[in-house]
Amino acid sequence: MSLLQVKNLRVEFPTRRGTLVALDDVSFDIAPGEVLGVVGESGAGKSMTGAAIIGLLEPPGRIASGQILLEGRRIDNLPYEQMRQIRGRQIGAIFQDPLTTLNPLYTIGRQLVETMTTHLPIGPGEAREKAIGWLELVGIPAARERIDSYPHEFSGGMRQRVVIALALCAEPKLIVADEPTTALDVSIQAQVIAMLKTLAREKGTAMMLVTHDMGVIAETADRVAVMYAGRIGEIGPVREVVRHARHPYSQGLMGSIPPLDRRVERLQQIDGAMPRLTAIPQGCAYNPRCPEVFERCRVERPELLDAGTTRAACWLYAEGAGHV
Amino acid sequence: MSDRPGASEGVNQPRCHAADTPMLSAQDVARHFDVSKPLIQRIVSREGKRTLRAVDGLSFDIAKGTTLSLVGESGCGKSTVARLVVGLYGTTRGRVMFDGQDLSLARADSKQRSRMQMIFQDPYASLNPRWRVVDIVAEPIRAFGLMSDRQAILTRVGELLSQVGLSPLDGQKYPHEFSGGQRQRISIARALSSNPEFLVCDEPTSALDVSVQAQILNLMKELQTRLGLTYLFISHNLAVVRQVSDRIGVMYLGKLVELSPAETLFSAPSHPYTRALMEAIPDLEMTGRQRIPVGGEVPSPISPPPGCTFHPRCPLANARCKAEVPVMKPAGGAMVACHAVEEGRATL
Amino acid sequence: MKAFFDSDIWWSFTRSPVTVISAIVAFICIAGAVLAPVLAPHNPFDLASLQLMDAFKPPVWQAEGDRAYPLGTDDQGRDMLSAIMYGARVSLLVGFAAVVFSTLVGVTVGLLAGYLGGKVDALLMRIADIQLTFPSILVALLIDGVVRAALPRETHSEVALFVVIFAIGISNWPQFARTVRGSTLVERNKEYVQAARVIGLSPLRIMRSHVLPNVMSPVLVIATLNLGFAILAEATLSFLGVGVPPTQPSLGTLIRIGNDFLFSGEWWITIFPGIALIVMVLSVNLLGDWLRDALNPRLR
Repeated sequence: MSLLQVKNLRVEFPTRRGTLVALDDVSFDIAPGEVLGVVGESGAGKSMTGAAIIGLLEPPGRIASGQILLEGRRIDNLPYEQMRQIRGRQIGAIFQDPLTTLNPLYTIGRQLVETMTTHLPIGPGEAREKAIGWLELVGIPAARERIDSYPHEFSGGMRQRVVIALALCAEPKLIVADEPTTALDVSIQAQVIAMLKTLAREKGTAMMLVTHDMGVIAETADRVAVMYAGRIGEIGPVREVVRHARHPYSQGLMGSIPPLDRRVERLQQIDGAMPRLTAIPQGCAYNPRCPEVFERCRVERPELLDAGTTRAACWLYAEGAGHV
Repeated sequence: MSDRPGASEGVNQPRCHAADTPMLSAQDVARHFDVSKPLIQRIVSREGKRTLRAVDGLSFDIAKGTTLSLVGESGCGKSTVARLVVGLYGTTRGRVMFDGQDLSLARADSKQRSRMQMIFQDPYASLNPRWRVVDIVAEPIRAFGLMSDRQAILTRVGELLSQVGLSPLDGQKYPHEFSGGQRQRISIARALSSNPEFLVCDEPTSALDVSVQAQILNLMKELQTRLGLTYLFISHNLAVVRQVSDRIGVMYLGKLVELSPAETLFSAPSHPYTRALMEAIPDLEMTGRQRIPVGGEVPSPISPPPGCTFHPRCPLANARCKAEVPVMKPAGGAMVACHAVEEGRATL
Repeated sequence: MKAFFDSDIWWSFTRSPVTVISAIVAFICIAGAVLAPVLAPHNPFDLASLQLMDAFKPPVWQAEGDRAYPLGTDDQGRDMLSAIMYGARVSLLVGFAAVVFSTLVGVTVGLLAGYLGGKVDALLMRIADIQLTFPSILVALLIDGVVRAALPRETHSEVALFVVIFAIGISNWPQFARTVRGSTLVERNKEYVQAARVIGLSPLRIMRSHVLPNVMSPVLVIATLNLGFAILAEATLSFLGVGVPPTQPSLGTLIRIGNDFLFSGEWWITIFPGIALIVMVLSVNLLGDWLRDALNPRLR
């Protein structure tokens, strides 16, 4: 059974100019222990999806329709208190900026201990020992001494490791990570990703990894969903989406990533820009920029269709369209 | 090769304007910042002064019409170099030569100043939000007195906007009406309006989405070919740098550790830090290579390690590395500052 | 024009009944004051038109009230309504002028301190700090006293108005300077300022054409809120007798004059100018509050 099921999720923002649809009929599953990457460019809705799942949508944003189920139970319509229990115990979160995630006024030890005693049936003494264990696990040197340090006494990469420890220490089943390594240098990024991956495997924690960096996804994820204008364009095993993307947008996206292993005279580019949420075209949201557009694309919005090894929301893969 | 409307010929050229004078030459350039605590606090806690050595002895040349890229992680000083090279900061030591003339002299001369321009990283902060696009792009034209007729200026701005892929009508709008990629195009149009020959690009695509980045990089390459521009390109992204550079300099804690032609750097990186950087980049092609991420973190530039600043993280460090600062020496088509390379200990 | 009525600011304005009412009230006050010579039923300062016989008439709704003097008259037969309108005129004039003066000095100092930094910044901000340790009314009193002592008695009346404006203005500029300095520090490091420096523009030109437009919105808010304060400051000074000259009474002067009669039963001579003052200052302050929230990018 899936650990997390998102069904037809629709997130809206009422504004004075009308209702903005930030997520439009988004559906996907995450199996236990699986890492799902969610990629997209700015404004595609990937962070919004993560926020909706954790229950941290900024008002006036709200879930207009659809369901989010954790282990078969709905969590999108829970009252604040119940959601708060689930956050931390069942779902952990890692955000981009460790400086704002960690409370600068408390030592990291206290934050770890507090999290564990809140969510696990253990006392402060045991929690402290576990906290030291976690710090060692995430690679903080001299953990026993440093557990009583404050966040500002650590460097950026170390802080993010502490944040990861914080997210994992209550032993959640799912972690939602929003751009966890974007603010870090490349060499630190590599260390942190490797650690995240190992820990997730060892503890059997599922992860939803939201990022715009395809390289991180390629290294870490099992499956990936490509988002565009609040919808999922393509979803499938990471190898397939990266190497043999089916959806024209995914193809364009993968193509425009500058290759490290050779120099090209001209990078593949997609003309135009992602539409603003106030001006999403009718039919397929990508149709104005798509090199393979035809009539149906402009009129009808495609669902996720079977495109061989992935699923793509593209009329090229409709039954009988003769495309594989 | 050059195709720059409005450029005037042979006016007030500096002394050595030979075709092979480098466009830009940095000679043992250093920039230190005093980050000491306020005087009273220092007296009370008996601390000495603290100096941040953002750039500490950099030397490189950029030949005309080529692109030199500087790569490095945060804190390596590459942004400081960008600002030193256009005169936004003065040098603590060493000098910068612009087309054979000392930079401070060049900056004092309006004609020389118009030949150098800069593009910045943040598309949201690089355009004055209260100005219309046409005024933003026309500002260099007006500041350097290149044209005075209002209609001529408007026409020229329209041409520039078209050149960067926007519409001349966009001149009437305000920056907030444009996306990040479009704003970066406006920045490029502004930089081109004084008919420069040398452009410093400080992480121009780092804040952009990957598909927009591709558009901007293609645009910049095209402009370089068409207008004969020389670029100093600053970035932290090696893959991007590979696509645009003729030569690449790798920086670490304010110093150059390796300087080589682009293809040499990628086919045969010499310095351990360069190799570590290459290893650290996430593998899109998933060739399944085993990655050994470099350990440790970048030390603070206020109190760098003695000797070679990379030694605490270097797998090849020996006693000499801990004591003696390496200098740039030729090694297989590149310039490398590494004892291990010099001693032949660094095999690929 | 259409863009203005379409904008978020207009929308938030119309959404808030308090603000709309304050705006209307403020407009009425200001219109009444500015157009006093045209709108006022009498000219209370035209000595020829005064009727001593009409002195101490109560407001129209009381027993001995007279329709010609809706809010009653004072001890010299001056119509209170007209006196209030003319008085408000003086109060507003002094208030506006003082705020304009504070703004000019404060914004200039703030820009210079924020942009140039270093010793200039340290010096200017220390001056501002020193000034802030003195309560503004005290500063105003001090300046007023010094000027009176320095100048011969005959010129007092002529310069009194300017002295009051100067005194109130000079006591308020640090507030502007600090805010503008803060905003300038932020803007100075932005890339568009660096782009202007790369071109080689002079610091003065950059401050004026690039930085200034971007630091003005908090200034607008402070200026509006300061208007209320400046009017009150002037009223206080005039009440104490060291403000505007007696030939151009402001609301404060009227309150002072009327104060003597408060306990002998002619309450209207001081109460009505008092109410007018409160209403004017309150509506301006409420407008200022709304403006501050409307212009705050975080709340939008």
